Amino acid sequence: MVGTRLSGWKGYRTMKILMKGNEAIAEAAIRAGCEAYFGYPITPQTEVLEYMARRMTELGRAFVQAESEVGAINMVYGAACTGARAMTTTSSPGYSLMQEGISYMAMSFVPCVIVNIMRGGPGLGNIQPSQGDYFQMTKGGGHGDYHLLSLAPSTVQETVDLIIEAFDLADKYRQPVTVIADGLIGQIMEPVEFPDLKEPQRPERPWALTGAKGRKKNVITSLFLDAHELERENLKLQAIIAQIKANEVRYAEYWLDGAEIVVIAYGTAGRIAQTAVKRAREQGIAVGLFRPISVFPFPYDRLREIAETAQQLLVVEMSAGQMLEDVRLATCNRVPISFYGRMGGVVPLPEEILDKIKGLAGTGS
Amino acid sequence: MHEEVIISGFGGQGALFAGQLLAYTGMDEGWHVTWIPSYGPEMRGGTAHCVVIISDDDIGSPVIRNPTICIVMNPPSMEKYEPLVKPGGLLVVNSTLVRTRSERGDIEVVYVPANDLAAELGNVRMANVVLLGAMLGRREILPIEGIKRTLERHLPAERRRFIEPNKRALDRGVEYVRKQIGVGEPARLEEQVG
Repeated sequence: MVGTRLSGWKGYRTMKILMKGNEAIAEAAIRAGCEAYFGYPITPQTEVLEYMARRMTELGRAFVQAESEVGAINMVYGAACTGARAMTTTSSPGYSLMQEGISYMAMSFVPCVIVNIMRGGPGLGNIQPSQGDYFQMTKGGGHGDYHLLSLAPSTVQETVDLIIEAFDLADKYRQPVTVIADGLIGQIMEPVEFPDLKEPQRPERPWALTGAKGRKKNVITSLFLDAHELERENLKLQAIIAQIKANEVRYAEYWLDGAEIVVIAYGTAGRIAQTAVKRAREQGIAVGLFRPISVFPFPYDRLREIAETAQQLLVVEMSAGQMLEDVRLATCNRVPISFYGRMGGVVPLPEEILDKIKGLAGTGS
Repeated sequence: MHEEVIISGFGGQGALFAGQLLAYTGMDEGWHVTWIPSYGPEMRGGTAHCVVIISDDDIGSPVIRNPTICIVMNPPSMEKYEPLVKPGGLLVVNSTLVRTRSERGDIEVVYVPANDLAAELGNVRMANVVLLGAMLGRREILPIEGIKRTLERHLPAERRRFIEPNKRALDRGVEYVRKQIGVGEPARLEEQVG
């Protein structure tokens, strides 16, 4: 059974359906007008591929199961060059394999959407939820000077909304846009609403390779052998990144009024922390939660403001402490920062975070 | 309303399906719900379980340590989850396969020979729904009729022939525990030790 067995394709706005995160990602992409999907199976994101295999072909759109993630990202590159809305999804080791292609796309200003459903690492690791790819997602990942807009949802509904937005943002900035989630969001079922199915639409893309009939030819490349020319292209890219930083900061705040302790966590860790913070509030502890939604651009400015009134910060991640470095950058260590992290696919329980909060509040053991 | 339910058994016993029945029904009744499965190598031969949360409020954490209600369908699940049920919570035990008894005095425990009851109904694979019925027979966190509506609404076409047998299995579970204990009585089964 079956959130997957959707019958009929209209009017879902008025009706919630129960759906697995991975399937919701696929459906959201379809609703956003994704015309071409390329992927390679890897747990815990394989349901995206399965869903796409069925629905994309039903709709007469392009679906290819590539021979590897290297193949998949380069197929995305090729399809996107023609102006198609293209997408791939993968999980951590697969995302590593894609880095070369992603770097090429960033430098050649080609939009696409890439989803990384993170799993335990490093290495082959395991298939359990993790946030160990934060550095890779936010600091570049591939070679060269680039950063991709990276959005980190914490529920299935938010995932759907951000996937749909990601396609528009990719077009807006002519850059790959990433959605960063983890195995838990991929596997969870939650009620979700979708916008109506739209026919794929292509915004004006004068740069696309559509056959040069009646116009000057377009060239899409990331190879610029002349150093000054490559620097000019780099400056163009940096200008785009500066715009992304200025326009696309997103975050959510919970109970920050009068909060002496502020917990900072994103994605799955963010929603687990939400329960811990709520319980701590019920026990009279002045604690709030700050949840970055864009992890690149990171909400440095807002966090700096928060650090002016908070007395302590607690960063919670399913990693050894990667976003922690951005929190330090944002606050310049003006307030004490504690960290609680689990690794290897271990998902922290609300009780563990609550204990940590109580410890900081001086009310715990 | 805030219930945190764990359903656990061998892979293939239908723990995940029973959890989905709860989640769909919870959603259709207007509650916030989450359903997460265990996934990974443990599904091959070990236990498979799911966590279902049904709440009147936004659900933050979908992971929990202490369920308010737990259905254990096999011995490893009993061993793992019996100690974790929240005080005052409900533990539903498939006593066809689980031969041990809980010694906890702070939770309600019901023993249901679910495989036997399902076999009597003609299909041992419906033990999961018998246990779900037993659970709702003791704590009707969602309407039993709602579960039946879920079967009708959400089972895919090729499995619609299982709707009526599942409804009977659900009713059998409800009837079994109500006959055993009586609705609303404090929870003590004769066969419970301690």
